[in-house]
Amino acid sequence: MKLPERQEKVSPDTFLRGLWEENPVFVMMLGMCPVLAVTNSAINALAMGLATTFVLLCSSSLVSLLRKLIPKQVRIATYIIIIATFVTIVDYAIQAISLDLYNALGAFIQLIVVNCVILGRAEAYASKQRLGATVVNGLGMGAGFTIALLCLGTVREILGAGSLFGYALFSENFQPWVVMILPPGGFFVLGAWLLVFARYRQRRERRQLEQQGVTADGR
Amino acid sequence: MAAESLTFIFLNAAIINNFVLALFLGICPFLGVSAKRETAWNMGLAVMFVMLVSSVSAYGINWLLVRFEIEFLRLICYIAVIASAVQLVEMAMKKFSPALFRALGIFLPLITTNCAILGVALFQTFREYSFLQCMAFSLGAGVGFTIALTLMAGLRERLELANVPGVSQGAALTLMLAGLLSLAFMGFAGLGGQHA
Repeated sequence: MKLPERQEKVSPDTFLRGLWEENPVFVMMLGMCPVLAVTNSAINALAMGLATTFVLLCSSSLVSLLRKLIPKQVRIATYIIIIATFVTIVDYAIQAISLDLYNALGAFIQLIVVNCVILGRAEAYASKQRLGATVVNGLGMGAGFTIALLCLGTVREILGAGSLFGYALFSENFQPWVVMILPPGGFFVLGAWLLVFARYRQRRERRQLEQQGVTADGR
Repeated sequence: MAAESLTFIFLNAAIINNFVLALFLGICPFLGVSAKRETAWNMGLAVMFVMLVSSVSAYGINWLLVRFEIEFLRLICYIAVIASAVQLVEMAMKKFSPALFRALGIFLPLITTNCAILGVALFQTFREYSFLQCMAFSLGAGVGFTIALTLMAGLRERLELANVPGVSQGAALTLMLAGLLSLAFMGFAGLGGQHA
């Protein structure tokens, strides 16, 4: 990943990069634990994505504001404390809004603290950039993370329970593919998505080569 | 729930509800450090040690927090304890085994952000385990992590010699393998563990 060393100007690319080019889940492979653990239904995935986005946005804004005040030696510890504070807020907020959701997500709300996406953003981006760029970039990354969670959550819920956001999709003759909402399904579905993206990328590269007058064999 | 026997807690954490393959905690080092069997084994030992230290300290801290009714500081305290435990392991390893220190590289400080360790501390608080039960739980979780990591490393060493399609090389194939391992571990579910 290329890291912009100087102050980046806010452009559409600042936001869009998080969605596709540097997607935290599919490209950078960060924050895998919640991605696999809470995506057994679409609604859990969406809630987790939104909670992570909120923490990511708040913590990287604060880090960006304080970037000149935080001593270099203790920066990681400072970031973790900042992140833990916002996670505690989210934890209590979700508990107040919906107890069902809180029980479904379990310890994984508190485990947002150790989500590498958030710490990675704080260290690699927010500690160097101005507030505006950080907010836009954080929104993009959060959206990318949420989309990735939804990609997994919808596929696993449709295959494993025959429903989407809790609404049944098929008649009762549908035999649910239970393994998909169990732990192994998480690994399989994420692996399958990665395969799809790898295939897409490979084809695009081959097409570019062909346009330059080189055949697929390189002759 | 606090009345479980120590053996059951140990086996439950190590095999039936394996931290990596059933609860998805600690996936990053599981995918990152599992390329070679030896490093995987050593990483497992380091994680096991940090787990034990942080679980014992988390037990003490939780007792203090409840006593002073400031439970909302739990998360911040736990993460600070874990970070110091990791620092301790890092210094000890640098002194006694510099070769191992270099082999683990960036993944050693990253144990701090290993969700398995914070997971142990949080789960034992939710389930209200006693001190001995905490020890059994964290030891079991550490053993389970090491088992999963070593099994995966063995598989990946074999896989290097296999002829697989170019598209599936790398992360996708590793995840499929992890899925199969996880499927195999589900067979232990009949031993009486409930899915958390």
